[in-house]
Amino acid sequence: MGRRHSLADLSYGLAIGTLAVLALLIIVAPVVIVLTTSFTEGRSLKFPPTGFSLQWYEALFDPSKSRQIHRAVSNSLEVAAWSTAFGVLFGALAALGLARSRNRLARVADSFFMSPLVLPGLTFGLAALMYFTLMGFRPSLNLIIAGHMIVTVPFILRTTAASLSQLDPALNDSSQSLGASWLYTMRRVTLPLIAPGIMAGAFLAFMASIDNVPVSLFLSTARTDMLPIRMWGMMESTLDPRIAAVSGVLITVAFLLMLIMEWTVGLTRRMRE
Amino acid sequence: MNKLAEWQLTLPLALAFAAIFLAPLLMLVGVSFFNDDKITEPGFAQWAKFYGDPFSYKVIGDTMLLGVKTVCATILVGYPLALVYLDAPQRLQKVLIFIIVMPLLLSVVVRTFAWIVVLGREGVVNQLLLSLGIISEPLRLLQTELGLVISLTQIEMPLMLLPLISVMSRLDPNLRDASAALGASRWRTLFTVIVPLSMPGLVAGCLLVFASSTTAFISQTVIGGVRLIYLPLLIWQQSLVVFNWPFAAVVSISLLVSVLTVVSALSWLGRRSGGYVHG
Repeated sequence: MGRRHSLADLSYGLAIGTLAVLALLIIVAPVVIVLTTSFTEGRSLKFPPTGFSLQWYEALFDPSKSRQIHRAVSNSLEVAAWSTAFGVLFGALAALGLARSRNRLARVADSFFMSPLVLPGLTFGLAALMYFTLMGFRPSLNLIIAGHMIVTVPFILRTTAASLSQLDPALNDSSQSLGASWLYTMRRVTLPLIAPGIMAGAFLAFMASIDNVPVSLFLSTARTDMLPIRMWGMMESTLDPRIAAVSGVLITVAFLLMLIMEWTVGLTRRMRE
Repeated sequence: MNKLAEWQLTLPLALAFAAIFLAPLLMLVGVSFFNDDKITEPGFAQWAKFYGDPFSYKVIGDTMLLGVKTVCATILVGYPLALVYLDAPQRLQKVLIFIIVMPLLLSVVVRTFAWIVVLGREGVVNQLLLSLGIISEPLRLLQTELGLVISLTQIEMPLMLLPLISVMSRLDPNLRDASAALGASRWRTLFTVIVPLSMPGLVAGCLLVFASSTTAFISQTVIGGVRLIYLPLLIWQQSLVVFNWPFAAVVSISLLVSVLTVVSALSWLGRRSGGYVHG
C-alpha cells in the first residue's frame, strides 16, 4: 500500500470500525439491558435497575397469578410441536419429490411453497381467519396449527433441499444397483444423510412458530391465547413488569438452544449457505 | 420407484397449500368485492372508499417509507459489520456469526420490548443523556418514527447480515489484494470491487428487511404507538376492532401488492446489477 493512501486507509478503518461497533452495540445491548432489568427490585423497569431481586420471576412462575401466561406458553408449545411435525412430514417429502426434477413445474411448485416467506404474514393471517370462519370452523388450536404449518414449512423445505443437493447421486444409484429397493435406500442411505438438514429446518420452523405473530393475531382467541399475543397485551396498555421475566426466560432458552444446535447440526454454517 | 412416483411425494404439501393457503387468499380477494360488512352485497364500494380517501395514500406512503428508512439504516451499520466479519480471523468470525444469528432466534416481541426499556422516558438513552448533561428534559423517543426506525434496525439486522455475509464469504480474496496492489485505496476497493460483487447479497438483504419491517405489526404498534398509522395497524383495526372485513381485505391486498411491487423492483435491479458486474 502506497503512502499517499495511508490517510484514506486510516479514515476507512475508522469509519468502518466505528459503524461495525455501533452495529454490534445495537444488536447486543438491548438484550443485555433487558436481562439485567428483569432482576430489578423496583416496581418499574428502569435502567440501571434498583437492587437485585427475583420478584418478577417469582410472579411469573406463580401458577395462580400467571395462569393466563402459562396457558399461552403451553398453547404455543403445542402448536409449534404439531405444526413442526406436520411440516417435517410434508416438507421433507416435498423436498425429496422436487430434488431431482428440473422441469418448469417443479420450479413453480418450489417458489409456491416458499412464497409464505415473502408474502406479508398479516395478509395470510386475515385470509385464514375469513376462510375458516366463513367455512364454519370454530376457533381452535387445530386451525392455528394449520396456519403455522404453512408459514413455517419453507424453512424445512429449504434446509432439506440444501442437504439433498449435496448428496452424491452415485450413493443412490449404487444402493439400487446392488438390489436395494427404493424404500430401503431411502431409509438406510438418503434419510440418515439428510437428517441433519431436516433437523436444522425443523428447529427453525419450531422457533418461527413460537415467535409467530401475524397468523396467531388473527386465529387465536381468549381461549386459544398464544404467547407472543399475550406478551403484546402485556406491553400495550400499562407495562406489566412480568414481561421482563418472560423475556429473560426466552433469551436464556434461545441462547441454550442456539448452542445445542450449533454443536449438533452446525446451524450457523447452514444458515449462511 | 420411477420418476413419476417420486414427483408424487410433493402431493401432500401441494394439497395442504391449495386448501389452507391458496383458497384463503382467493377468498380474501373475493371478500374485498363486497359492499357491506355482512358480506351480502357484491360491489366495489370498499375499493372506492379506500382509494377515494387521501389518507389511504398517506398511510401507504408512510408504510413504504418506513421500510426504506429501515433498509438504509440496516445497510449503514450492517454493511460495515459484514466487512469486519470478512477480515476477521476464523475464531472471531464464529463469535460474530453467533451474535448475528442469535437475535433471529429471539422472539420479535422480546426484541421490541427491549427497545421500550432502552428508549422509554426512564430508559437507558434518556438516563445516559441526562446524566451527561446533554439534555435537561427526557427526550420523547417512543411513539416517534425515529425510535421505531432505530428499533427496527436491530430487529431486522440479521436479515440483512446473513445474505450479505453468505455472498461476501464467497468473494475471491485475491481480488481485493489485486486492487490494493494496483494502488487503489481501501475506499476505492470497497466501492469498485467489494460493493458491486456483493450486490446479490445486498439486494437479498434489502428485500427481506423491507418485507419484514413494513409488516412488523407488534413493533409498529408498541413502539410507534397509535398516532403513527401504518397499513398493518389499519388491517388489524378494520378486521378485529371495527369488524369491516371487506375493507380490511382491501387494505391487506394493498399491503401485499405494494410490498411485492417494491420487492420485485428490487430483485429486478439486483439481477440487472449482477449482469452488469459479470458482463
